[in-house]
Amino acid sequence: MYQVGDLVKELSDKHGHARESLMPILQAIVQKHNYLTDEAMVEVARVLDISAAEVYGTASFYTFLDTQEKGKYVIRVCKTITCSMKGKSDIIHTIEEILKIKVGETTPDKQFSLIETNCIGWCHKAPAILINELPYTELTPEKVSEIIKDYMQK
Amino acid sequence: MENKGLTKVDLIFEKIDSHEVLAKGFKMSSDEIIQEMLDSGLKGRGGAGFPTGMKWKFTAAEKNPEKYIVCNADEGEPGTFKDREILDRVSNKVHGGMAIAGKAIGAKKGIVYLRGEYSYLLPKLMIELESFHKMINEIGYDFNIEYRMGSGAYICGEESALFESIEGKRGEPRNKPPYPTVSGVFHKPTSINNVETLVTAMMIIQHGAKNFIQYGTKDSRGSKVFSVSGDTPTPGIFELELGMTVQQFVNEFGDGDTKAVQVGGASGFCVPRKKFAETIIGFEGVPTGGSMKLFNSSRSMYNVLHNYLDFFTEESCGQCTPCRVGCQQLLLGVEKVKKGEAASTYLNELMKLADTMKIAAKCGLGQSVGNAFKSIVGNFKEEIIY
Repeated sequence: MYQVGDLVKELSDKHGHARESLMPILQAIVQKHNYLTDEAMVEVARVLDISAAEVYGTASFYTFLDTQEKGKYVIRVCKTITCSMKGKSDIIHTIEEILKIKVGETTPDKQFSLIETNCIGWCHKAPAILINELPYTELTPEKVSEIIKDYMQK
Repeated sequence: MENKGLTKVDLIFEKIDSHEVLAKGFKMSSDEIIQEMLDSGLKGRGGAGFPTGMKWKFTAAEKNPEKYIVCNADEGEPGTFKDREILDRVSNKVHGGMAIAGKAIGAKKGIVYLRGEYSYLLPKLMIELESFHKMINEIGYDFNIEYRMGSGAYICGEESALFESIEGKRGEPRNKPPYPTVSGVFHKPTSINNVETLVTAMMIIQHGAKNFIQYGTKDSRGSKVFSVSGDTPTPGIFELELGMTVQQFVNEFGDGDTKAVQVGGASGFCVPRKKFAETIIGFEGVPTGGSMKLFNSSRSMYNVLHNYLDFFTEESCGQCTPCRVGCQQLLLGVEKVKKGEAASTYLNELMKLADTMKIAAKCGLGQSVGNAFKSIVGNFKEEIIY
C-alpha cells in the first residue's frame, strides 16, 4: 500500500481535469507506484468529478493498469507463439527459480512481480520480456538470470 | 496474375530531407495531395488495406472545422514489429506524413497513439517531435502533434476502440457507421492511418505517384515492410516489393523445411506448403499488415492454433457476445477434440461458429478469428485431432 497524497492533484494540474486526462493520470500513478490502489482510484474519481466505477472500469480494462499489488519491478514474459516456440518456458522456469515465485506472484519483499503477457513486438528476437518499460530480447536462461540478478542488486 | 518475384527495396528507412519534402507538400493543395494518393493506389499498411486517398478524400469533405489525424501506432498483431522499427529509425517521416495528411484533410491536430509496450521509445520520440515542431514552424505551417499511450490492450489497435481509449475510456469498439471520417476521435472527423502508411504517403509526395506505381502490382502498389519471424535463419524486418508468392518468400526466408506460413498474424491466414506457389502476398491473395511467421515440420499446428485462440480469448474486449463467448468456445472446443472428449466432427460445428462470428461480431477482432481458425483447421485437420 502507498499513500496517494498530493500526487493526483499534481497530475491533474499537469494533464487537466477532462475525461481524456484519465488515462495519462492512471498511467503516471502506475509508473510511480506500479499499481492502482482503491484509494488512488477513488481520489482520481473525486478530482476528475466522475464516478469511481468509471475509473475502475477503465483501469481494469487495461492489463498495464494493474489494480492488484505489484512489485517495484514487473517482469512480463511474452507468451505469444514465436516466444513460446523459442523457449519462453525455460525463461519462466529460470526466473521462478531465482525469485522463488510462480507466474502471477510477487516476491515477499515487493521487489518483483512475474507475469505472462501477449505479444510485445520482438518476435524476431524471441524470447523477449519487459521489465517495467524496458525490453530484453534474444534471451537464454543464462542471460535472463544475469539480468534478474542485476536488478536484485539495484 | 502478375508476379514480380521477390525484390528487396529501401525506401521506408531511406534518410530524407524532411524539410524539403514537407515544403513541397505544403505548396500542394488539399485536392492535389489527395489526387496524388489516389493515383498512387496506396492502401493502408496496417492490414485492412483501405485506399488512403479515399480515406483522406472523405475526411476532407466533412465541413466540421475541427478534424484530427490519428497515427495508429498500437502495433499489437502477433508477429508484427515493423512500426516500432519505423518509429525508432525514421520518426521524422511519420510526423511528416501526419502533417501532409493534415494538410490534405484540413486538420491542425495530430495524435500518435503508441502502444504501452513501446513506451521505452518515448523519451527519444519526444526529442524528435520537438525538432519536428520547430521545423514546420520555420516552414510557416501550423500543425501540432501529441502522443497518447496505450496500456496493454490489443483491441485498441481497432480504430474506434483506439478513439475510446484516447478519450479516457475502456477500449471498446463502436458500431460503424458512422465511420471515423465522419465521427472519429472526440466524435470529430478523423483520418486514422497506420505508421507505415503515413511514411509511405511522405514517400509518395517525395517521389511522386508515377514513380511509386513502378513498384508492386495493380492491386498492391508499392513496397511494404515485412516482419519475419518463426522458423527462419534470418528473422527481422525487410522491405519488399509487393506481389511475390509465398513460395518465393519461403525460398528467401525459409529454413528448408517450412510447412506453413501464417500471413497477417493471429488474425490472418495460414498458408500450407501445397499452396505456397499459387498464393500471392498482397491484396489479390493473402493481405498482411506485415506479419510473416514461418513454421517448420517440427511444429505442432495444434499448438499454434491453441496459442492464437488463447490470445484472442484474453484480448477480446468482452463487449459483444459472439466474440467473447465465441473465442472461449473455439478454445475449449479444440481442447476437447484433442483430448478425445468430443468427436472430430465437432470441428465442423466450430467452423460454423467461426462463420457466425465473422458476421455477428461487432469489430474486426471477432470477425477475423475465423481466418486463422478455418485456415489452420482446414489445412491441418489431422494435427488438430490426433
